[in-house]
Amino acid sequence: MPGKTLYDKLWEDHVVHTEDDGSSLIYIDRHLVHEVTSPQAFDGLRLAGRKPWRIDRNLAVADHNVPTTAREQGIADPVSRLQVETLDNNCAEFGITEFAMTDPRQGIVHVIGPEQGATLPGMTVVCGDSHTSTHGASGALAFGIGTSEVEHVLATQCLVQKKAKNLLIKLNGPVGLGVTAKDIVLAIIGTIGTAGGNGYTIEFAGEAIRNLSMEGRMTVCNMAIEAGARAGLVAVDEVTIDYYRDRPYSPKGEHWFMAERYWQRLYSDADAVFDKVIELDATAIKPQVTWGTSPELVVAVDGCIPDPMLETEGGKRQSMQRALEYMGLQAGQAITDIQVDKVFIGSCTNSRIEDLRAAADIAKGKKIAGNIKLALVVPGSGLVKRQAEAEGLDKIFIEAGFEWREPGCSMCLAMNADKLEEGERCASTSNRNFEGRQGYGGRTHLVSPAMAAAAAVAGHFIDVRQL
Amino acid sequence: MQAFTLLNGLVAPLDRANVDTDAIIPKQFLKSIRRTGFGPYLFDEWRYLDHGEPEMDCSQRPLNMDFVLNKPHYQGAQILLARENFGCGSSREHAPWALEDFGFRAIIAPSFADIFYNNCFKNGILPIVLPAETVDRLFKELADGYRLTIDLAAQTITTPNAATLAFTIDETRKYRLLNGLDDIALSLLHADKIAAYENGRAKRAPWLFASNLK
Repeated sequence: MPGKTLYDKLWEDHVVHTEDDGSSLIYIDRHLVHEVTSPQAFDGLRLAGRKPWRIDRNLAVADHNVPTTAREQGIADPVSRLQVETLDNNCAEFGITEFAMTDPRQGIVHVIGPEQGATLPGMTVVCGDSHTSTHGASGALAFGIGTSEVEHVLATQCLVQKKAKNLLIKLNGPVGLGVTAKDIVLAIIGTIGTAGGNGYTIEFAGEAIRNLSMEGRMTVCNMAIEAGARAGLVAVDEVTIDYYRDRPYSPKGEHWFMAERYWQRLYSDADAVFDKVIELDATAIKPQVTWGTSPELVVAVDGCIPDPMLETEGGKRQSMQRALEYMGLQAGQAITDIQVDKVFIGSCTNSRIEDLRAAADIAKGKKIAGNIKLALVVPGSGLVKRQAEAEGLDKIFIEAGFEWREPGCSMCLAMNADKLEEGERCASTSNRNFEGRQGYGGRTHLVSPAMAAAAAVAGHFIDVRQL
Repeated sequence: MQAFTLLNGLVAPLDRANVDTDAIIPKQFLKSIRRTGFGPYLFDEWRYLDHGEPEMDCSQRPLNMDFVLNKPHYQGAQILLARENFGCGSSREHAPWALEDFGFRAIIAPSFADIFYNNCFKNGILPIVLPAETVDRLFKELADGYRLTIDLAAQTITTPNAATLAFTIDETRKYRLLNGLDDIALSLLHADKIAAYENGRAKRAPWLFASNLK
């Protein structure tokens, strides 16, 4: 019998029941809840007179709607305020632990999960948010769900699932200096496309992945969904185990040693069979910049915008043309000639301490360019913010002309007051460059934190390796 | 959930690949705490010439007449013909809620994003995957008043020229959709198995059950 993939092992450990057609009921170890995708689920429970199956499996936090300034004054937008208050009320009614907006541990749900040790290796983790794939960086099976499934998990602690296929993406060799986890994952999406991972769970492996910190691995797994896969995974190693030592909710005492032994088997066996394997040369990856309205429309910073007329496939050509029109760009234009109006450093992709350090390293002793209307730094959590302040990063940013804000999703999806105006162009460390994502008519270019900081200082995209 | 059995419906084409859930229902409408009322804001940024906000009276807004769903001959469409990777991006179930509220009961595409596909089944919408060439042919055949008949029990689509196209679907999903069954009630039939699993897991992985969140 061939060996098992990491995904096979995680799946098998969580199957409660399997139907004849392969649909299974799988057990969910951790359910993260936020304000946008949960109100209708709680309503559903009330309507049916159901109670949550197991309260202590749930952790809630408001992140999408929260303001990043003057938080003590509450939320100005009454619609946003109602949504956050609804989460507060639902958690109070059902007895679910919630980090309130003023709690120092509050932050983006996918930042605080690992930070608190609330999501751990070997767990199944779900949340009504597609970037739940982030938690797969620890060797957890983690994926986003819709609101009906949020209700289902609350009521049964299980989900009805069919097992996905196994895809191995192997990054051979190390990346060069100035090339980050964000560049790796953008390069992967540029290669396999936004539908490349549909129907698969992706395991990221190879030297370039092993060399990443946990923060970097989270960035890669975060964007598995942009490659079409609900879940991304990285095998457990010493980096993983070290990260979870002494987290507030990490196992303690004898339980830690038991957990460690269990986690050490969370890798794909050498003779495991994957449905598909893709190998990429990590040494060839350069800093990446997206130029279109889908994350797959990406090139290296020293490249030019591709010519849609050279694309042979009609549908793809049309999408490229539409993207260029929306983005206000021309084929053949050098990426480094593109001027930006705003810079956003934050989101569940890139708002962890390592991301802020990388951006601060570039901003240190410099000033943002005159054409930059706003450069925002939004830490991923209150604890990331506190750590950054202890290291003096806030001062570096503020002196360079950046605004230093309170934690939340912020301008990644612009559900709060932080947004692009029509036609504005943004260098953003977030995960989606869809039309209107950061504000109606806004134009998003996805980059790494260092590349975003460099664009803020230069006023246009610039190769961070030349600084 | 409303059951899906047989549908004879008008088809509207949306000839774009990678239609994302931000396009299907933009984020400002996700602030609603209700499950209904999203239909008027479906494809808001493509459908209207102005910028939409929650609670707006859409009957007063300027329509983008170039957008396909605004064309007179697609009014009342119940079947959406789409391209690859439909519904990519965020997990927001507001996307199928908006499609359903607008009147769509089925979507035909060469591929769907996984989370969106799954969310459709929870809302009485049937997402049908057909080979890219077949979808392409339907786009070409499509004319004013083009209707398809979808028979879920038989797993067939019948075109106006009486051609029959077969499609596949998981048995479990089909059964639930045909009967409009509530997933939770069905899963709770296995409550004893869930409890048994939980007890076993608490023994194998006690650290997961030791520390209560607070």
